[in-house]
Amino acid sequence: MKMKSVKNKTTIQNLITYAIVIAFWVFIQIWSKTGHMTSLLNGLLVPICTYVILAISLNLTVGILGELSLGHAGFMCVGAFSGAFFTKAMADVIPSVGVRFAIALFVGAAVAAVFGVLIGIPVLRLKGDYLAIVTLAFGEIIKNLINVFYVGKDSHGLHFSMKDVASLNLEADGEVIIKGAQGITGTPKASTFTIGIILVLITLVIILNLINSRTGRAIMAIRDNRIAAESVGINITKYKLLAFTISASIAGVAGVLYAHNLSSLAATTKNFGYNMSIMILVFVVLGGIGNIRGSIIAAVILTALPEMLRGLNNYRMLIYAIVLIVMMLFNSAPKSIEMRERLVEKIKGKNRKEAA
Amino acid sequence: MAMLEVKNLSISFGGLKAVNDFHVTIEKGQLYGLIGPNGAGKTTVFNLLTGVYKPDSGSIELNGVNITGKKTIDINQAGIARTFQNIRLFKDLSVLDNVKVGLHNHHPYSTLEGILRAPRYFKVEKEMNQRALELLKVFDLDQEADFKASNLPYGKQRKLEIARALATDPKLLLLDEPAAGMNPNETKELMDTIRFVRDNFDMTILLIEHDMKLVAGICERLTVLNFGQVLTEGETSAVLNDPQVITAYLGE
Repeated sequence: MKMKSVKNKTTIQNLITYAIVIAFWVFIQIWSKTGHMTSLLNGLLVPICTYVILAISLNLTVGILGELSLGHAGFMCVGAFSGAFFTKAMADVIPSVGVRFAIALFVGAAVAAVFGVLIGIPVLRLKGDYLAIVTLAFGEIIKNLINVFYVGKDSHGLHFSMKDVASLNLEADGEVIIKGAQGITGTPKASTFTIGIILVLITLVIILNLINSRTGRAIMAIRDNRIAAESVGINITKYKLLAFTISASIAGVAGVLYAHNLSSLAATTKNFGYNMSIMILVFVVLGGIGNIRGSIIAAVILTALPEMLRGLNNYRMLIYAIVLIVMMLFNSAPKSIEMRERLVEKIKGKNRKEAA
Repeated sequence: MAMLEVKNLSISFGGLKAVNDFHVTIEKGQLYGLIGPNGAGKTTVFNLLTGVYKPDSGSIELNGVNITGKKTIDINQAGIARTFQNIRLFKDLSVLDNVKVGLHNHHPYSTLEGILRAPRYFKVEKEMNQRALELLKVFDLDQEADFKASNLPYGKQRKLEIARALATDPKLLLLDEPAAGMNPNETKELMDTIRFVRDNFDMTILLIEHDMKLVAGICERLTVLNFGQVLTEGETSAVLNDPQVITAYLGE
């Protein structure tokens, strides 16, 4: 009897999370249809979805696997470039932008997953701070590698170079796709808010179902006690790498979404550097480590807030910082948790009385 | 054939011979005790048996199969499960999930089946829940199935560790100071539980314990370890009355 109640509780909690995302979509649709949406806010919708996906996927590494990764933007970068590259390179093979974009999402996920495995194998031997620093370094390496990468396409196929455009030796009909530090230009703008929300929902299904399965339990067991997990026959390396790779792969999808929202894509410190990695980590920590729904809410608020506060000019970042601190206190201060629990009890008590 | 046959087992850390020429033979169904003063190397023996440390020399045979130097997870699959001196539960998982992690290798379905919620997911999860609840019932923990493991009282945490170890369906169960920190009543209850496990799960048990009442009450044979070496072994009553053993514990 009791068992059933626990299982239902998790299911209900998950359903609430899905409902929040769908409600957000409906709310935005109504808002923009009634014509009250500013163009500034409208431009934020796809980035919000991108950050939500990134925050959820990083939460798998930080909250569920329990390893601090500071290189998440690197995987996003790999996904963004491989996805955008695919869409551009396949332009004459697959004419439909929508189809190309859909396949690009898978390409981004697959390439980011490969990088997840390659980086995960050496990095996951480390623990704690060491792992954080090394992932940070790998994230930077990825970004800088892409900055010196030149890829062109002509009738002979693809040409690669690490030097400059001239050394690609393209034929007259050739076209440079990735132009070093200038990145990729002319990516079709295929990302929409609705596609973003669909991807958020798919990410949620993957992550929430993973957590509540045999694999998720094994991953959390490793987080809670590695030695004990090993002693009951859990393959530590396998599950750590699996969690890290899934997390990287979903970040890759977020990257593809991000890339198809911009007409020109370049790897800069601002979009794929450690700043971004840390920002994603802030979403995760603020929303509560291991709390998927919290990550979503934190990512939405903290992405929208700086733009909403634009009118306040110089005070903008000050208020942003204060909101960060207040949210952190609200989420994790023992006093505040106690207060929230009492509030919930009160509401529950009231309901019970009314029911009786 | 003996369930566990250990010969000439040695390991040193730097210049310290932590375990030197250790040997033990445990028959199937036996309740065997490993005792000795603090720092004698008892837990090191457990760590050697479960592959946490690789021995410098010697051999370990489980039911006739050589498992010397194998990895911890392979040794678990070969049939050795253990508990820890300082409790190591999955503290943020529920009591039920702790046991279900123990069932991990016996009730498999793939990660993809889990994500896609394939029919097999529901079938296997149901089996797992049933089996886990059965095990929890043995240890009188079924009422607390949905508690967070770290919220259990100390004595129950120890029991949960045993339940989790049993979930891996071992042939040999290693208990590292199961009665540590328990009051006399809890210890008495634990003795009954250990006997129950041996009888009903058809288990061979090797335990480390300082509580002599427990050792004298349930162990059939003992090995005494002192400074990493076997001091003596034999029937429990004979060993406990051995002047050598008394000296090792109380000093000259």
